[in-house]
Amino acid sequence: MLGEGILKGLAETAKNFAGSYVSKERLTTVQYPEERIPTSESARVFPFLVYDGPDWEAGLRCVACQICEKECPPKCIYIEKSKDKKPDYVGKLQIYPARFDIDVSVCMSCQICVEVCPFEAIKMDVEFELSTDDRFGGLLRNRQHLAKSNEYYHQIHPTEASEVDARLGEEKAKLEAKAKAAAAAAAAKAAAPAAPAAKPAESTPKPAEGTDKQ
Amino acid sequence: MTNSATQSAINTQVEGWNRPREIEPDGDNELLEVAMGPHHPSTHGVFRMDVALDGERIIRLKPVFGYLHRNHEKLGEGQTYLASIPYTDRLDYICSLTNNWAYALAVEKLGGIEVPERAEYLRVIVGELTRVQNHALSVGFLIQDMGASGTPLMYAFREREKILDLFEQLTGSRMMCNYMRFGGCRVDASAEWLDGVRKVVAGLPAFADEYEALLCTNEILMARTQGVGILPPELAVNAGATGPLLRASGVNYDLRKVDHYSIYDRFDFKVPLGDHGDVYDRFMIRLLELRQSIWILEQALKDIPGGPIMDPKAKIRGFRPKPGEAYGRIEAPKGELGFYLISDGGPNPYRYRVRPPSLINLTVLEDMCLGQNVADVVLILGSVDIVLGEVDR
Ligand code: SF4
Ligand code: SF4
Repeated sequence: MLGEGILKGLAETAKNFAGSYVSKERLTTVQYPEERIPTSESARVFPFLVYDGPDWEAGLRCVACQICEKECPPKCIYIEKSKDKKPDYVGKLQIYPARFDIDVSVCMSCQICVEVCPFEAIKMDVEFELSTDDRFGGLLRNRQHLAKSNEYYHQIHPTEASEVDARLGEEKAKLEAKAKAAAAAAAAKAAAPAAPAAKPAESTPKPAEGTDKQ
Repeated sequence: MTNSATQSAINTQVEGWNRPREIEPDGDNELLEVAMGPHHPSTHGVFRMDVALDGERIIRLKPVFGYLHRNHEKLGEGQTYLASIPYTDRLDYICSLTNNWAYALAVEKLGGIEVPERAEYLRVIVGELTRVQNHALSVGFLIQDMGASGTPLMYAFREREKILDLFEQLTGSRMMCNYMRFGGCRVDASAEWLDGVRKVVAGLPAFADEYEALLCTNEILMARTQGVGILPPELAVNAGATGPLLRASGVNYDLRKVDHYSIYDRFDFKVPLGDHGDVYDRFMIRLLELRQSIWILEQALKDIPGGPIMDPKAKIRGFRPKPGEAYGRIEAPKGELGFYLISDGGPNPYRYRVRPPSLINLTVLEDMCLGQNVADVVLILGSVDIVLGEVDR
């Protein structure tokens, strides 16, 4: 019969229409600004710099090694190394970024900077409402804008952050043990005159090349 | 392309290249030239068709593209191998995961990298999910082009959304997944994620049923699509068309079966073929392929093994393959997607070339459109299933 196919199709749409009153699953949209779907844990939008402790400037994990700057595909990271040094999370003196800018309008949220950073210093944020009415200044995030605390990192990516903390803790413990051993050795040697000064934490955590940070 | 001198040159030089008849305008030779696009709702992006019309009939059609050109290949030559992966996402932005896959495959061939078992399974799973959502979407858009604004497309979007949510949970992004690495995949799938996939896949047959009931026997759809835009199999083969477009013309060519890449040999699935090569066949082929993909997904989800997801020897940063060349190709949802790479031993490819299915499939657009009505051109273009990000690169 002509029109049978159309009627069959209409029955399908009628089922969906009526169904939307009884089953919540058929209502697939939300009213965005008022209602929000929670972001997924692994979501990534824009990078931020992690800092430990209360002071963002002192606690930045980034050591300005510039690996991310080099690997970023659209080259939207700009880093200037500091002239002086400050202690990092294990207490070793490191240079730090005097300037660390990321251009929101160029970044393509690819997460490659996170993957290549050997110091767990840069991570992805889930904040997606980044629009601004300031075309230039507002879209160029400096290091103060980018710095977010480790607690915040735990809040948005709990699993990943715990893994990172465990890894860093392990490294720190290893380094401390090494420093202790070195100090003990130095103390033993101190009996002999002109012993070389003990150098705590000699080795930096090696850039873990090629490993995946996830 | 419409230059008849070149055409006859092609005709004499290549045997078996049978361009269809030249369409002669009837009547008083009053042709109307119309530029459809670049901003036309039916062109799926910025794409222009310069058509010459005799009344409603198409006498000539000249596709004009390049509006979205962004130098993808040259950019790839100036970057490390790793940095090109996120750019491949942006070729065919509907199917970023299969783009990653084809590129990863090419680099793996170049560098002689093995892929662990679990990573292969994950690739098949995400690849087939990509195919499902691409086909759902392309059918939805085809119907939208036909004038059925809304309903079928929204049903497709509803299903696609579930799949994109899965992608987001796994890779962090809904569309620009940036998931595969040469030597495996970036992150491992958790057991919960796999359960989530199982749940979504279990719901897909119902969607296919619903879609078929909604559309397949619809008289208006049949009247509009059957016998329209016929692509003869010889022409399809000669023009290098691939994917559903080629198979709808009845040519049995699916790289998953032919090229034996990845682990597709382990799965049992059929390659649906059309026998008229018209728009309706292309539409049906996609629905049937969607069902086959569901079947592959079920098998892959059943036997996915544990284990590592990256080849321990694979080097992501500072990867420098030995000098040589490699061509990696896969059956992307739109056809054969290939990446051709030449290495001179440096950190960047010396030559980086993409063989996008959409561009090659577009070359037969004129042949399918000649003699048809203007309204059908929109449908025929929709049935080729192009993405301009890939056509223009
Ligand atoms: S996410 Fe990608 S584009 Fe953005 S800063 Fe990191 S590496 Fe660069
Ligand atoms: S790779 Fe990490 S430590 Fe190095 S500059 Fe970038 S964010 Fe800082």
